[in-house]
Amino acid sequence: MINIPSTVKISLRALRVNKMRSALTMLGIIIGVGAVIAMLAVGTGASMQIAAQISSMGSNLLIILPGATTSGGVRMGSGTQPTLTMADAEAIQRESPAVSDVAPVLSGVAQAVFGHQNWSTGVQGTTPGMLNVRDWELSSGRPFTDQDVKSATKVCLLGQTVVDNLFGDDNPVGQVIRIKSVPFVVIGVLAEKGQSPNGQDQDDTIYIPVTTAQKKLFGTSFPGMVRIIMVKARSAEDLGPAEKQINELIRQRHHIGQKQENDFTVRNLTQVMQAAEQSTKVMTLLLGAIASVSLLVGGIGIMNIMLVSVTERTREIGIRMAIGAKTWDIRLQFIIEALTLSLTGGVIGIIFGVSGSKIIAMVAGWTTVVSPLSIVMAFGFSGLVGIFFGFYPAYKASLLDPIEALRYE
Amino acid sequence: MALIEASGIDKIYRLGDFELHALDKVSTVIDKGEFVAVMGPSGSGKSTFMNVLGCLDKPTAGHYFLEGTDVGGLDRDELASIRNKKLGFVFQGFNLLARTSAVENVELPMLYDGLAAKERRSRAMDALKSVGLEGREGHHPNQLSGGQQQRVAIARALVNSAPIILADEPTGNLDTKTSIEIMELFVRLNTESNITVIVVTHEPDIATYSKRIIKFLDGRIISDTHQEGGP
Repeated sequence: MINIPSTVKISLRALRVNKMRSALTMLGIIIGVGAVIAMLAVGTGASMQIAAQISSMGSNLLIILPGATTSGGVRMGSGTQPTLTMADAEAIQRESPAVSDVAPVLSGVAQAVFGHQNWSTGVQGTTPGMLNVRDWELSSGRPFTDQDVKSATKVCLLGQTVVDNLFGDDNPVGQVIRIKSVPFVVIGVLAEKGQSPNGQDQDDTIYIPVTTAQKKLFGTSFPGMVRIIMVKARSAEDLGPAEKQINELIRQRHHIGQKQENDFTVRNLTQVMQAAEQSTKVMTLLLGAIASVSLLVGGIGIMNIMLVSVTERTREIGIRMAIGAKTWDIRLQFIIEALTLSLTGGVIGIIFGVSGSKIIAMVAGWTTVVSPLSIVMAFGFSGLVGIFFGFYPAYKASLLDPIEALRYE
Repeated sequence: MALIEASGIDKIYRLGDFELHALDKVSTVIDKGEFVAVMGPSGSGKSTFMNVLGCLDKPTAGHYFLEGTDVGGLDRDELASIRNKKLGFVFQGFNLLARTSAVENVELPMLYDGLAAKERRSRAMDALKSVGLEGREGHHPNQLSGGQQQRVAIARALVNSAPIILADEPTGNLDTKTSIEIMELFVRLNTESNITVIVVTHEPDIATYSKRIIKFLDGRIISDTHQEGGP
């Protein structure tokens, strides 16, 4: 029967005898574990930031852009031909089962004025469905309704940046602002959303009913024309079917023949962002793998020191064997020594890793997230390193010949 | 049944083409309660014989029965267990663990026997008391004199109630006065506790404490004489 607490005590004593050596051996593991945790924290932080941006953009989002004009063989960029209409948007809502919300957008840049403050910003004419499409809440006030759209009322929702610039700390709801000299009643404020994935301030915007935009602000020669249509699929799985349904539907509505090119483009933004998220995850793994190498090197350091220790203590091993220590008594003694080094190093490494990632966050301004899983994994991994690299020296010690060992000077 | 029975024990070391007969058909019987001195010049095979008796080494041929068990058929761990329970070792160089207190040194055999900490401590204290080291339990080997260190080693040999103590030149590193004290301790353990003591020595003075002298030369027993024990 092996007496674990006493074996632990023996191992701890042996480590205390060589404090400096134990500390230096641990340093390898400390750096390894610390690096793994800090690197994973940086990577996880980056992918979480991207995930947050994806969800701020609105989940399961498709954007339909008007197509390119072709005049005399010269093809203009996408969006140059105003082909999408309110009717297209309504048809998608009506006929595409994979779609939950549709928001046509007619946008432009305009000057908004309140009192003696003015602010130039993007004004989006849209429908009430927009708030669902973008997963956007109001922080105060009420959204505009289908009725507002139908009667083209002059009401608006303000983004937080616009509120800050026009109103400061005052409550804007119920006030009247002028957009291109047209008076609008502020009926609500959009909750703060922050930056979009490509770095735009999403809060620097004003939402108004799409009909109001068409009739009062950005009058166009094509009645019912919209710049883009934003579509939300019912779920992530519905994104594919929704894209297909929309393609078919609009081709049909625009009378596009079999061999003709689309006069519109459906973009799956979520897919693009998920690809970015995927690449960050790969990056995280890569960082973690590189950091793991230092953990491995730390483990080899433990093995090195344990081998030296076994040689130095040959006589001690001989005495223990003569007195009746069995193979596993000796093995466990050295494995526990190695394990103590690696686990203590692991705990200190975790402390260093967590504080290191906080420092990175502070100094570099990156988002770092230390996941509990990475701590558990780093701790478990350092334990495995101890057992793995401690075993060979322990095995070597247990196979010594007691007579030879007792004679060792 | 004899406590120790060696029959036709050969120990051959192969050094390239050359074969060294460290032990050449050694047979002997040692009964319980004997006090045996094993003598002979260096290279005579007495240390090899002690290693075989101590289950540290296995004979090349022949049989060694310890309390009727043929030790030759046992594996490493079984031999360790026999050393732990049946044999107590006392070495010339004391072989105590450094940086470990006297009482913890004495506790070691019980540690490998799986005894609880409390029982280990109380038995170790008793053993130290019986060798006259009361009050020195917490001293480390480097704080003890040679004679005291050897007493700690004897306490360690006694503590698992082993029936046999094997002492290899136990007084080799000690002055005359301390040597006498240590040998008297062995005599006391032999007469009072009926422990079988086997001492390897090359000093005739030390051998006079024994009741029987086995002399070795060139791997063979050349004489085996009984005598009235002690001066």
